[in-house]
Amino acid sequence: MDLTTIWFLLIAVLFTGYFILEGFDFGVGMLLPVLGRDDRERRVLINTIGPVWDGNEVWLITAGGAMFAAFPEWYATLFSGFYLPLLLILLALIARGVAFEYRHKRPEVSWKRRWDAAIVIGSLLPAFLWGVAFANILRGVPLDAEHEYVGGLFDLLHPYALLGGATTLALFLTHGAVFIALKTAGDIRERAGALAVRLCVGAAVLAVGFLAWTLSIRSSTAAVVLAVGAALALLGGLAAARVRREGWAFTGTAVAIGLAVATLFAALFPNVLPSTLDAAGTLTATNAASTPYTLKIMTWVAVIFTPVVLAYQGWTYWVFRKRIGVANIPQH
Amino acid sequence: MDALDVARWQFGVTTVYHFLFVPLTIGLSVLVAILQTLWHRTGNERYLKLTKFYGKLFLINFAMGVVTGIVQEFQFGMNWSDYSRFVGDIFGAPLAIEALVAFFLESTFIGLWIFGWDRLPKRAHLASIWAAAIGTNLSAYFILAANSFMQNPVGYRVNPDTGRAELTDFVAVLTNKVALITFPHTLAGSFLVAGSLVAAVGLWHVIRHRDSADTGAYRFATKFGSWVVLVASAAVLFTGDIQGKIMTDVQPMKMAAAEGLYTTESPASFSVLTVGSLDGSREVFAIKIPYLLSYLGTGDPNGTVHGINDLQAQYATQYGAGSYTPIIPVTYWSFRFMIAFGMAAAAIALLVLWSQRKGRTPTSKWLLRAGLAMPVLPLLANSFGWIFTEMGRQPWIVFGEMLTRNGVSRSVSLAEVLTSFTAFTLIYATLAVIEVKLLLRYARAGVPDVSETPPSDDTDDADRPLAFAY
Repeated sequence: MDLTTIWFLLIAVLFTGYFILEGFDFGVGMLLPVLGRDDRERRVLINTIGPVWDGNEVWLITAGGAMFAAFPEWYATLFSGFYLPLLLILLALIARGVAFEYRHKRPEVSWKRRWDAAIVIGSLLPAFLWGVAFANILRGVPLDAEHEYVGGLFDLLHPYALLGGATTLALFLTHGAVFIALKTAGDIRERAGALAVRLCVGAAVLAVGFLAWTLSIRSSTAAVVLAVGAALALLGGLAAARVRREGWAFTGTAVAIGLAVATLFAALFPNVLPSTLDAAGTLTATNAASTPYTLKIMTWVAVIFTPVVLAYQGWTYWVFRKRIGVANIPQH
Repeated sequence: MDALDVARWQFGVTTVYHFLFVPLTIGLSVLVAILQTLWHRTGNERYLKLTKFYGKLFLINFAMGVVTGIVQEFQFGMNWSDYSRFVGDIFGAPLAIEALVAFFLESTFIGLWIFGWDRLPKRAHLASIWAAAIGTNLSAYFILAANSFMQNPVGYRVNPDTGRAELTDFVAVLTNKVALITFPHTLAGSFLVAGSLVAAVGLWHVIRHRDSADTGAYRFATKFGSWVVLVASAAVLFTGDIQGKIMTDVQPMKMAAAEGLYTTESPASFSVLTVGSLDGSREVFAIKIPYLLSYLGTGDPNGTVHGINDLQAQYATQYGAGSYTPIIPVTYWSFRFMIAFGMAAAAIALLVLWSQRKGRTPTSKWLLRAGLAMPVLPLLANSFGWIFTEMGRQPWIVFGEMLTRNGVSRSVSLAEVLTSFTAFTLIYATLAVIEVKLLLRYARAGVPDVSETPPSDDTDDADRPLAFAY
């Protein structure tokens, strides 16, 4: 396998990891007013992701940096072309990140209300917009022969992309509800479990529709297999959620999100950003890539450090494995 | 006004803003780790209180550094896509490594530290803050190596077929002499900020709450912070001196612009004050110290320092017609402000230490006022330092290889970049007000009561309240 293919796979892995991990962070954020009926319940919800959300977000920073390093043309075209959606994602991530840290720093109800709003909107916007962005990557966008984006904002907002956004939104909501059911104790756990079942039905309908549409645009054997796997994992997650097997339900939604992202990358390969205009504008894993020397160095760095990162990040989840409930929240 | 101008303003505003939080994160992470280590070694509760107290201020600041940092990485692709295409083969690697090696370490272990007070063994908890501090300091190295490539490109060639810069020697990029000296200079500048904050907050409590039971802790913090400031300012001067010589060597125009030196001199004198003509091509009035600039720039009091006009003529021959001169008043004054504000903080730290000599308790209102200015001064020094180093490189985005105006995104319209600049400015301004108010609130609140600290071993009581929860 040549280096460009390896790096295409690594970028796919990084985004898959990002969506699985921050997917439930987004879900928890969006469900804050739904499952958190009072301040202490909302604090329980935020604290389920408290120790890990920041580390989860670094998956995105690493994916962005890796894309810059391994496929500079892809990074440059994508980030300048998807300008306004990315701007909204950035603003959302800023407001949300600060909100987690600052929400509990003052006692006033109005203060908490505002940060709660920042958490909800800051989770909802990226959850939707990442779906829009990846649907556009798969479908292709207007690029000229020099790989410059020549479309406008509304070229990114077609029905397929909107369905993509609705799908990631629904998947992350479900994933978040399942995660809450897995990580909390008491009343919240019950409500999250019941909600997860209902959300999962909606997410499954959207995901199946979106993946089928995706495969009709571009496809490969691997993509079909992965898409079927994603659908089965989601149904498995649903079945587990119905009988309140929370660990299995979470495994189901995590695998489903992972395989759905993998489907997109598998269908895309060897392109990384197809052009809907001039075929010469299409960016591929070859013409967007860095030199073999850079890719070789980056491969060594990835081979050495990725297992270390996975080990200590995994350990964090082990340290904070216990369920938390309202009783764990201090009074002040 | 065109998209290029706005993109430049956005980069300036978002980067200076981001770097208000970075120095505190870099410096304070280590200082908090030291305080916690002192608690482990001595068992003295005073250090635990200070760890928690400054730890809280650290976290309020840390959150801002994290979220404004994501903008930095995305911004290269969004506003500077042609730059990204040109240097991606070289510039992307340190950014990716920074994230993989440093940011994961920093963010994961910060999480463990915040939430691990009662869930981790004491030693593992202490190791967490050190791991986070190491990650933070390490991240500075990689991003500075990337920036140093823009100042002094090394280890690359430009591919004549693609017109792109390609990496030929990664070790050369990581051991760029500009990076090797900018890294310690930046760390020293960061400790100057962190030490100032620790000292200033401590001093405020020493003077305002003289009868507090925690006066001993505050006195310690004041002295500790002041000593950090003094050591850091010595390191800033030492590394800055070496940096000046390297800059004279690799970016002579930047040195000339820092000094408003229009014509080549040997020996060259250091300008205390230079007033230039309105078009910036000659000096009108100047106060100078003879030989000093030659010494600072070359290490030899009689060394030659090239002037702006000579360098401009040389570059016009080398790179073709055009202006290769930065905006002289900006470089000249930012260079001076950097030095002056940094050294002012050191002077105040000396005063603060003197006021507490032999167990004395300072009472002076003037000292309190000076002390409160202390954290602001090195922050300004850091900002002006970056403004100097980035504006002094202009008109280049990669020195000698790519002009800034050629690096901007071609597909991004003026309306788009204006939207983004306005949005970032508004949200950043709002968050700045909120952050400063929170910092002041928690700084005023003083050290926490630590008598109720739960046992650190894993107890079976699943319903006990958790520490440091959001």
